[in-house]
Parts: sequence; structure tokens; C-alpha cells
Amino acid sequence: MAVSYAVAPRAYAGAPSRGPLTRLLEDERWLAVALLLPTVILLGLFIAYPFVKGVLLAVTDAKVGVPGHFVGLENFDRLWNDSIFRTAVQNTFVYTIVTTIFKLALGLWLAMLLNRHFKGKAFTRAFILLPFIIPTVLSTFAWKWMFDPTFSVINWTLYRLDLIHGRINWLGDPDLAMISVIIVNVWRGVPFYAISLLAGLQTINPELQEAAAIDGARPWQRFWHVTWPLLLPVTMVVVLFSVIQTFADFQLVYVLTGGGPANATQLFATYAYQIGVGTGLLSEGAAISLAMFPFLLIVVIIQLLYIRRVETH
Amino acid sequence: MAPVHIRHLNKKFDEVHAVNDVNLEIHDQEFVVLVGPSGCGKTTTLRMVAGLESVTSGDILIGDRLVNDLAPMDRDIAMVFQNYALYPHMSVYDNMAFGLKMRKFDRAEIAKRVQEAAGILGIEALLKRKPRQLSGGQRQRVALGRAIVRHPQVFLFDEPLSNLDAKLRVQMRVEIKKLHDRLGTTAIYVTHDQVEAMTLGDRVVVMKDGFVQQVGEPLELYNTPANRFVAGFIGSPAMNFASVNVSEANGALWAANEGMRIKVPAEIAARLNRYAGKECVLGVRPEDLRIANAADPPDLNIDAEVEVVEQLGPEILLDMAVGSTTMVAAVEPTVRAKVRDRLRLAVNPARLHFFDPASEAAI
Amino acid sequence: MIEGAKWKRWVFFYIPLTAFVVALLFPFYWMAVTTVRPDSELYRPWMAPNYAPFWTAHPTLEHVRGLLEDTLFSTWMWNTMFIAIVSTIISLFCGLLAGYALSRLRFRFAGTLGTGIFITYLVPQTLLFIPLADIIRNFRLGDTPWALILTYPTFLIPFCTWLLMGYFKAIPRELEECARIDGASRWKAMIYIIFPIAVPGILSAGIFAFTLSWNEFIYALVFLSSPDQKTVPVGVTSELIRGDVFYWGQLMAGALLGSIPVAFVYSFFVEHYVAGLTGSVKG
Repeated sequence: MAVSYAVAPRAYAGAPSRGPLTRLLEDERWLAVALLLPTVILLGLFIAYPFVKGVLLAVTDAKVGVPGHFVGLENFDRLWNDSIFRTAVQNTFVYTIVTTIFKLALGLWLAMLLNRHFKGKAFTRAFILLPFIIPTVLSTFAWKWMFDPTFSVINWTLYRLDLIHGRINWLGDPDLAMISVIIVNVWRGVPFYAISLLAGLQTINPELQEAAAIDGARPWQRFWHVTWPLLLPVTMVVVLFSVIQTFADFQLVYVLTGGGPANATQLFATYAYQIGVGTGLLSEGAAISLAMFPFLLIVVIIQLLYIRRVETH
Repeated sequence: MAPVHIRHLNKKFDEVHAVNDVNLEIHDQEFVVLVGPSGCGKTTTLRMVAGLESVTSGDILIGDRLVNDLAPMDRDIAMVFQNYALYPHMSVYDNMAFGLKMRKFDRAEIAKRVQEAAGILGIEALLKRKPRQLSGGQRQRVALGRAIVRHPQVFLFDEPLSNLDAKLRVQMRVEIKKLHDRLGTTAIYVTHDQVEAMTLGDRVVVMKDGFVQQVGEPLELYNTPANRFVAGFIGSPAMNFASVNVSEANGALWAANEGMRIKVPAEIAARLNRYAGKECVLGVRPEDLRIANAADPPDLNIDAEVEVVEQLGPEILLDMAVGSTTMVAAVEPTVRAKVRDRLRLAVNPARLHFFDPASEAAI
Repeated sequence: MIEGAKWKRWVFFYIPLTAFVVALLFPFYWMAVTTVRPDSELYRPWMAPNYAPFWTAHPTLEHVRGLLEDTLFSTWMWNTMFIAIVSTIISLFCGLLAGYALSRLRFRFAGTLGTGIFITYLVPQTLLFIPLADIIRNFRLGDTPWALILTYPTFLIPFCTWLLMGYFKAIPRELEECARIDGASRWKAMIYIIFPIAVPGILSAGIFAFTLSWNEFIYALVFLSSPDQKTVPVGVTSELIRGDVFYWGQLMAGALLGSIPVAFVYSFFVEHYVAGLTGSVKG
């Protein structure tokens, strides 16, 4: 093996000339560093750093203009005993769970309707996404106007259909307020679910349905045994995204009810805003925001585990 | 053009030893084919020569340069991929010009070279089109053109014809051979098709499981395979194999199993002597079996029963039951045979092969 | 498939589908009608006998004119457009590079970083807005569009990266290998070969990022205070309500006009938007 080579390794005469930087970037690892640097800097600066700062803030007693001292878990302790906070927690869970169920059911129904061929399908599909595309705040204002106790078109319609006899105070009545907020969230989310589930449905081989039909399965059975299991991976991803967004929702409630009446629609995010920005109690606001994190983490972990289990099945 | 020296080349992917101590001296202007079943290491070897895989140990030299640590673009090679790898967003002209642009050739020179290559391949009319507008054969030609314009020292081919239909494959095979004759550039060609290997290669390298099984000219591999694998891989339909017992009787060696008894020809007997009383593997190609006539000596005959008759046109393949095994005989189209006929086959004594049952090497 | 009688098709298909479409699009219709409805009709209680909700006999553009002339609406539109476009460009840039690195290069921390980027997508803005407001103030970015231009990418980049990774993975490796043999360096192969082929993915990610930027609210609400710096969602929410009085005509005009740019851009790229949405969900 002791062969001596007459010449040291060098590129041939016609090889492209490259500067030192290019040569460095030929190495996969250095190129990766260069490519990922902007992203890592931006995300580090504006997500990781604030997250850490938020945690630090939550364990002080800082207020606007007043730097705080370390107080340990005092903020969290106070929150735990705060009835409004507990209401907000309960509201957020109810809000998230109820809307997700409805969005999934209605989204699935709509997806199955869209899965057939009909004239104007492309148009319909494009228009249906509008509630999801249009800035939430703007469409929520339209709903607020529709819910207005004095001028509501919904009330008028229901009255004309003889379903109600007096005024319905959609946004002023504590029970109805939560229902209103849920309605608007479902309205906004159904298109997202529908289009995503539609994509999932379209990857299911229609021959499977046909084989099941020949085997004697009725529509409901075909759905439950053939369609639903194959749709599960897509469903889980959609639900994961949606739950996170809904749990941390702010815009919708802020515009529609501001958290009221009497905290009936107060959520984590709106309460954090109210306390942190509204009254200037920065550290407590940060604590409320941060209190979302454990719940989010649990939800995410459960769903990721579920997804992994479904995928390896 | 330049010779390529591959010395003690090894490649390991984690635990898998994909290429095992491969040694190859490829002469200047030679067309060498690496052939073998999938997973044999031929593509990995080619990719190491190209610089697309790192070398675990061993050396690769192109000309007199050691290229182990050189990037692909510094090795003065060109490669034609199985899936053509044409840049879909560029026209044919730009596809072919890309390499030259990267090397900062001036426009006039690029135009000259592209036109020249297009002329050789007959694709001048396609220069403005995009790959998706071309047929498979046309795309393959563009891929060839892209390699030609670079005037490299070595061409590398990675199963370029596998994606074409049978007829086109035969056509392109001829074109590649003509191209090589005309350009004379050293070429390393990888394929799993032994017909391509035999028709294209100046020399053929048969590989299996990362090891080189045999290197030689096509006819050499056909006539004197070094082991059972090469014997069974080269030639279609494949060689027949049968386990036989070697015994001495009447002053000669006989190879026999439950279905046949053949006298071993004198030339081979000398080598087969030490297997007397033991088992070995007999190999005979279908084309070396024919229907016996009265003049054939009985100790080179095999009695068999026809199981399947395959009419090919220029010949008929008879699947025959010999004892408990099957042998295929390729006979003339005039032979009349039906299923369940009992026939006598004559063996060509000069074309018998024997293999050691354990090592599978040729005896 | 629903075989069988025609009435079945109507009950199980046409009627539900129409109901969905009406329910999903009605609020926009309501927005539009309210915008052109004169004040006299607007403030008619629903119990009044001449309440005619679904159309108006005297359409007027007074609300629109009031919106454009008496408020800073056009400034807000300009702000939002500027912020959305620049954020999208930044996010696409970072997403392209990061997506390429994570899907085509082999290096030690690929898996960890990929998971890391995915995780940041799961950290909602409402969790970070309070400490982030402080950071923005410290960097002296408060009350400028740069506060948003630099923070929006935090939720746009993960999405763009993930989406583009899917597109990159579908491009055969051989194209890059061939380019490298042809003489392109790694990064040149990335720019000249891979990126042009991924253009559909880039469009999808871009349109999605654009609509997400328009939709953002809490950062804009907290980081911007001067009326002339605000974005459309924030401006409409805070400036069109004077005293405790809602000027519904102008509000709906603002909502409608504010929706139009997004809807307009979306209409050109519907296929890409849907591809982006479904691509991200199918992973």
C-alpha cells in the first residue's frame, strides 16, 4: 500500500475557481450553520429570550415603570386564589373543548359534502375559506353588529320565524355571551377544518369505500370503519393546531365582549391583557400568560403521542 | 481521457460493509461495465468515483491524481443518471450549458460545444424545449449531451437505460456504443442487466454483496465463469445447475444424480479427480443442450420429461424434469415436443462446468 | 356517494351545502350592506315594523367617504400592507434557507433544530406579549412598524420552514448531485436549481404568511400606540369608537375595506393557499 503519488491532490486545470468562502460552504455543516443563522437569531431573540424573561417577570412584583423584586411564586399563589382567574381557566377549557367538537363535526360534514363533484366546486371551495382568511378582528365586528341587542338581524330573523318572542341579549347575558363567542369561533374555524379534512379525504382510495359497500356495509358503517381510521392522522394534526390557537385566543373575545359580562367570557389571554396592560401589573399579567404553558404542553404531548401511535400502527 | 485506478476501495454505511476491497485498473479509453444484482455495491462504487460518497478506505486515482478528497466538480468527470436528472425549469440548451456556465466559459465557446454535442446526438431541434416536453429517449439523449459538452476525462453512467422501454433500451444501447467509439472517453457504466453488460463492455466486472466476483472480457465471463454466481448471472436463459455425485467407474469419472449419469470428459477429469466420491455442482447452459440423435454417445445423454414448452420464435425453451430438478434446454424451432413427452438430451462435453459445492468456485 | 332518489340528493347534499355556504358568507354580506346603508336606516331597531335587513333602498357612500377622509384609515392600510409584505419577505428568506438546511443537508443537530422550530410554532403570541413588549421597548422599536416586522416572523418562519421542507423533500437528490458534478457549488446548486423548482411552495408559503400577518392583533395592539402607526385591525378597533359610541357604518366600511386587500391577493393564489394549508397538515 506504500504507493507514492507523483502529485499532491489538486483539482484539474479546468475546475471552477472558488473563493475561500465558497470552499468553506461546501462543507455541509458550515453551510447548515450559515443557512440556519438568521432563523435561529430571530427566533432566539423574539421567542426564547422573551419566554425566559416572562418566567423571570412572573416571579417578581414588577409593575409598569417600577422594576420588581424577586417574590418567588407569590404571583401564582395569588392567582390560584383569584376567583376571576379560576373562572378564566374554566372558561378557556369550556371554550376550547366545545368549539373543537363543533368545528370537527361541522368541518367533517362540510368536507364530505365538498368531496363530491359538482358544478362550481372550485369557486365554492375558494369562497368557503373566506372566514378563515379575512382578519379575525374585522369579521368579528360584523358579528358584533349582528349580535347587537337593538339592531340584531339574527333576532329579527328568529322573531320572524316565530322562534323567539322577546329580545335576545346575545352579548349582554352571561350565559348567552359564551354561546355567542363559541358561535363566532366555530364559524371562523370550520373552513380550516373542512379544507384540511377534505385534503385528507381525497387521499383515501375510493376503492376502499366501494369494496366495503359491496361487502354490505351501510354508509355510517363505511364511515366509521373505513374513512374515519384513515382520516385520523390528518385529524389529529388539525386538532393540534386548532386547540393551541383556540386555547390562546385573544382577538375574538376582546372585540366581542372584552371578557365580560362579569367575566363570563374571560380567557387566559384576555385576563392577562387586562391585568398586565390594562392595570399595569406586569408581573401578574406575565404569570397569567405563563399559566397557559403547562396546559398547552400537556395537550401537545398527548396529541403528539397519539399521532406517533397512529403513525406507527 | 485518462485511466482510472481503484485500489483497495472500501465503503461502510454504519454497520453495512457495502463495498469490499475492490481493486480495478481501468485503462485509458476503456468502457468498463459494473454489473450485479441490487445491493451488490456497483452504484456505491460509481458514486465514490464521482465524489458523491465519501471513501471509507482505499484510493481512487483519475489519471495520476488522487481524487479521494476532491469535490465532484474538481474531478473532471461527467455523470449520466438513471432518472436523467434534467433541470426541469431550464431549456435543453440551458441544461447542457449549465456546467460550462459554472466554469465561466464564454458564450461563444458554450454555444459551439452545445451545438456540437446536439449534432452528435441528433437533438438540435430540441434545444429550446423544456424537459417535460420530451419523450424518455429524448431526455436520455439530453442527459448524454450534458455530459459530452464538458469534454471530461471519464464518463460515469448510473443505470441510464433502466427507465426506458425494452425497444428503446436496445436502440439507446447501440447509440451509446457508437458514441463511445466516436469519442473514445474512458467510461464506467453501472447496470443490473447482463445483456447491456455483455454488449457494451470492453471488460465486465461482476459484483455481489460488495465483492468483485470476476473481471474480464464478456466472452471470457461467458465461457469461463470463475464461480457459480457469475455462471448463473451471465447468459440468458440462465445456466442449469444440478448437484451431482462424482464417482469412478470403468477407468473414468462419472457425474450422476437421480436423473442422469454423464461421463466427465478427459480434460475436466484431471481437475475433478479430487472430488471422486464427493458431491459437486454441475453447470450446463440451455444452449448447450440439444435433442439427442442416434450418433450421440449415450454417456453424454440425459433423459428427461417435458414440463413446459416456451415458444420464442428463433428457439424453443423446454423446461424438462430431470429426476427431481428442472433443466431448461434451448432447442431449434423445428423440434416438435409436447408436455409429458419423454426426450433424450445430448450434452456438449466441451461446455460442461463444475463448481465446488462449498466455495462455489469453478473447478 | 349517495345513490338513489333525487330527493335524497337534495336533502343530504344541496340543502346542507347551501346552508353552510350561506352561514359562512352571510356576515360578509352583512358587512357590505351595512357599509352602504344610510344612518337613518342603520339605527332602526329590529322590532320596528319597517326593518328591512337584507337590502337597502338608498345605498350611500357616506360611510366610506367618512372613513377615508375623517380617519387615518388609509394610513393604517398602508402600514399594514408594508408590514405584511416585509414580514413575508423576511420569513420566506429565513424559511427557504432553514427549510433547505433541514431537509437536504446532513448534520448533527438537524433533528433537534427541526423539532425546536416546530415547538416555537406552538408557543402562542398571547404567552409572550408582555415580556416581548418590554424587549421591544428596550430595543427602541416601540411604536414603529419595525416592532412588528421583526416579531411577526417568529410565527411565520416556523410555518414557512415546515411547508418548504415538504416541497424540498419531493425534489430528487440527483438534481443536486448532477449540478454539483456540473460544477455548481453547494449553495449555487441550492439557488439555481432547487429554489426555482420549489416556486409553487414559495408562493404557497408567501400567501399564507401574508394573510397571517394581516390577521395578527395582539402584538400590534400592545406595541403600537400612536394612531398613525396602527395597523388596520388595531385602528378599526380603537379609533372608530368615539366615546362609547360605535359608528357602525364606518366600522363596517372599515371592516369591509380592510378585508378587501387580503381577499384580493388570496383570490389570485387560491390554489397555492389551499396547497399550503393542506401541505402543512399532511406533513
